[in-house]
Amino acid sequence: MAADNISFNVLKHVLVPEHHLLSEEEAEGILSQMGMTRDQLPKIRSGDAGVRVLESIHGPIAEGRVVCIVRKSETAQEFVAYRLVTKG
Amino acid sequence: MMRGITKRIGSIKFSCVSPDEIRKMSATKIITADTYDDEGYPIEMGLMDPHMGVIEPGLRCKTCGCKVDECPGHFGHIDLAMPVIHVGFIKDIKLMLESTCRSCGRLMLTADQIEVRRSDMSGMRDLGSGTIDIKNFSKETAKDASTRGVCPYCGAEQIKIKLDKPTTFREVDDNHKLTPKEVRERLERITDEDLRTLGMDPATCRPEWMILTALSVPPVTVRPSITLDSGDRSEDDLTHKLVDVLRINQRLRENRDTGAPQLIVEDLWELLQYHVTTYFDNQTSGIPPARHRSGRPLKTLAQRLKGKEGRFRSNLSGKRVNFSARTVISPDPMLSINEVGVPEKAARELTVPVHVNEHNIAKIREMVARGPEPANTSAGAYLPGVNYVIRSDGRRIRVTPRNAEEVASNVEVDYTVERQLVDGDIVLFNRQPSLHRMSMMAHRVRIMDGRTFRFNLCDCPPYNADFDGDEMNLHVLQSDEARAEARILMQVQENILSPRYGGPIIGAIHDHITGAYFLTHDNPRFDRFDAMNILSKLSDIEVPKPFKDGDGKEYWTGKQLFSIVLPKDFRTTFKSSICQNCKECKRDACEFDAYVKIRNGELLCGTIDAKGIGNSKGKVLDRIARDYGSDRAAKFINEVTRLALGALMNHGFSTGIGDEDIPDEAALEIADFNQECIDKVSELVESYQEGTLEQMPGRSLRETLEVEVMKVLGEARDQAGRVAGRHLGMENPAVIMAKAGARGSMLNLSQMAGCVGQQAVRGERLSRGYWNRTLPHFQKGDLGAYARGFCSNSYKSGLNPTEFFFHAMGGREGLVDTAVRTSRSGYMQRRLVSALEDLKLTNDGTVRNTVGTVIQFKYGEDGVDPARTVRGKAIDLDDLFAEVLGDEANVMLHMDDRDVGDDYGSREKDEMEYTEEEESEDYEELDADYEGGGE
Repeated sequence: MAADNISFNVLKHVLVPEHHLLSEEEAEGILSQMGMTRDQLPKIRSGDAGVRVLESIHGPIAEGRVVCIVRKSETAQEFVAYRLVTKG
Repeated sequence: MMRGITKRIGSIKFSCVSPDEIRKMSATKIITADTYDDEGYPIEMGLMDPHMGVIEPGLRCKTCGCKVDECPGHFGHIDLAMPVIHVGFIKDIKLMLESTCRSCGRLMLTADQIEVRRSDMSGMRDLGSGTIDIKNFSKETAKDASTRGVCPYCGAEQIKIKLDKPTTFREVDDNHKLTPKEVRERLERITDEDLRTLGMDPATCRPEWMILTALSVPPVTVRPSITLDSGDRSEDDLTHKLVDVLRINQRLRENRDTGAPQLIVEDLWELLQYHVTTYFDNQTSGIPPARHRSGRPLKTLAQRLKGKEGRFRSNLSGKRVNFSARTVISPDPMLSINEVGVPEKAARELTVPVHVNEHNIAKIREMVARGPEPANTSAGAYLPGVNYVIRSDGRRIRVTPRNAEEVASNVEVDYTVERQLVDGDIVLFNRQPSLHRMSMMAHRVRIMDGRTFRFNLCDCPPYNADFDGDEMNLHVLQSDEARAEARILMQVQENILSPRYGGPIIGAIHDHITGAYFLTHDNPRFDRFDAMNILSKLSDIEVPKPFKDGDGKEYWTGKQLFSIVLPKDFRTTFKSSICQNCKECKRDACEFDAYVKIRNGELLCGTIDAKGIGNSKGKVLDRIARDYGSDRAAKFINEVTRLALGALMNHGFSTGIGDEDIPDEAALEIADFNQECIDKVSELVESYQEGTLEQMPGRSLRETLEVEVMKVLGEARDQAGRVAGRHLGMENPAVIMAKAGARGSMLNLSQMAGCVGQQAVRGERLSRGYWNRTLPHFQKGDLGAYARGFCSNSYKSGLNPTEFFFHAMGGREGLVDTAVRTSRSGYMQRRLVSALEDLKLTNDGTVRNTVGTVIQFKYGEDGVDPARTVRGKAIDLDDLFAEVLGDEANVMLHMDDRDVGDDYGSREKDEMEYTEEEESEDYEELDADYEGGGE
């Protein structure tokens, strides 16, 4: 992962879960699969450190894109959550 | 009664009121500060004008013509001579003044910037941002605009505005005070379009409305005056405040109209501002609160709404209810865990509505005819009566012994009858503080003599109840839906497994455990008389076949009797609480009878104690509740506790101070060892003072000494405990209770019999008090054991005066800690609950709030109800292996490893046991005093 314009890549830290940017098709697929609309998703700010790292990889991320977060869980070994990128 | 919905509220919008609207909804204009005339009649156009509603019975409202309880009250208004600022909006006013041009009133952003902002805002709305996000965003817009020094439209130079708390604006450079009038003029200039960019809807709220030109006067019903016993009238605080406003308003108008000097007018204007400000909020920082003649601060609008005693928390979120009762609780081991004993007196007051139909009408007529105070049957059985009959038109008829017969004959189908409680009714039972869901559970009623509520002792842990004077509340459910819901979800038996740690929270306590120990430990024999005596406590059981001894006499074994209450195909294996944790487990051949093995519902070996049936630990209980359902679990708890109590009564059990007696030589041995340790401490202190003490890495010399000393003195207490323990064997009742897990611990016993040990404050030896010493009994600078709070005596032998004082110091810290902990955790819980109260689990497994936003994509990330987990784990693999592979499964060897494992279930449990130990009885009363110790 090349994070040139960012001094420190937070995603490489042990305590930060994996962040993935979903393509529009993937996002649509997941939303319809879960029977949700975009506005019901939890939010992540576009200024969030994780999103900024993703931006350094994928280029600018518009509001309304969906980020997928995979983290370790005490109850389920691995848990996938989704976040909607919003202004801020 | 038909209750069709003809209209539905789609949404509610809160907004500002315009001065026009204030005048339009006003029933009367208020001009005089006087309230009543000499005859005591309210003055027209005064603060008590009858146009604003009535408070005296018999009078009619001049606006709507209704009487006291029918008239809702009507607002009046005061026309202010000069405009004043509304304190509640001061922040918004400041933001708007700063972000708009002082001369042309446009928002100081370029057209492009505004366009971007507007589209961002609508984008946010589409993506489901809440009102708070929008608010923050518009605040940012305003901040951006205010950083600009020059207006991009008219090019006017901007002057920084400063807010002198609470309500004065000032232009920084020439210290020019902005009057509310000037502020209002500026706000008027802002265009509707710019307001939308700032997140305001100009149709419902214009900024200049935040500067008051007319003040709404609440109806008299909102601020009723009270007539004192002496006949004097006492006015409400709000009325007092309005009188002040009116008075100053009047003077301001006169002065202004007569052309008084500017200075006087300004002073009066400021005074009016003060009165209006305190009328809204009398705790505004920066100004002295308005006071009553007696010196008590007035309770104005904000004070009526705010805080714990405010309208929201006290009247809207919290309501008083009917059909409830409260009294002292007491125990009754013969009740089922699902029952609650209700005194007859309470049962006759609490009622359940019954709808009359053609099938039950005859019975109901009979019940109504009995009246509200029926005599009990000749056998003394309780008979329910009826307190009220509600006719189909909604009229309530009170049933009295005199009219009972007549009312009964008039009862018809479609009436509703309020019947008194009977056995089997479902009620909710609750004890404060209601910290978890088990604090309020559904019980079945059992009408009993006496004046207290009674329930099974097993229900004490979930309510955290004891019987030293605790009171509890009871609520009678009023609808079939509520009763069904309570029975299925809230009944005690449905809450045996706690969602906190996935184990039983309801189970045997105290004597039940001692009883089970006596019943099963070393498998005692009971002859026919004793066995039947014990079994007579149970109903509906099959008595197993007795054994025969050498003389041909019949006997039953304890394990055999215990097995009666187990399910027929029950199997489990575990180590009981009395287990000595030997290096190598001998299993079935355990010499302490601590290896419990149950196959096909037969207890083959082992002792049943806290680990078997105790609350929070009981493995047998746990498995029955999980595998056989709540009905079976409730039956098991009822039966096993009665059986245990039967066994305990058969055996006899008592403990006293004599149980902590140890032989003289043991006492001597403890004393000798203590002396040895104390000498060792003296040596350590000496070497410290000489500087020969070897410093530990990362610690100062002094800290090293403390650690070493603590180690030595800790060893002293442990050794004393060991010596005492050697002389207090398993035949000692106190030891039995401690080892079986019924009550007390070996530490408690060793402190009573052996040595109390080192006292500590903040985890260190005692050090404070006088200069360089704890008490004047010691030399200055004495660092020895006795001088720093070591108690070598036992509770039984008695502490000497210095030890006693040190012990009190340690004890005080414990008390303070619990007091602080309860108040702090109470507030923490409150905040947690307010953050989580609108979350719910939806059918698709997601956790959402009331808006529908997802909070968690799957409940708990695994979608598992913690109450159905095995100590926090969704499935218990080891147990499944044992079941499939049989007894010899290797996993049995790992049984101990699992018990000390660091899963969160066991962590939680450890903590719980820890706190249990901490809270000894004598502290509990003090706890109560500190409850709700403020936020």
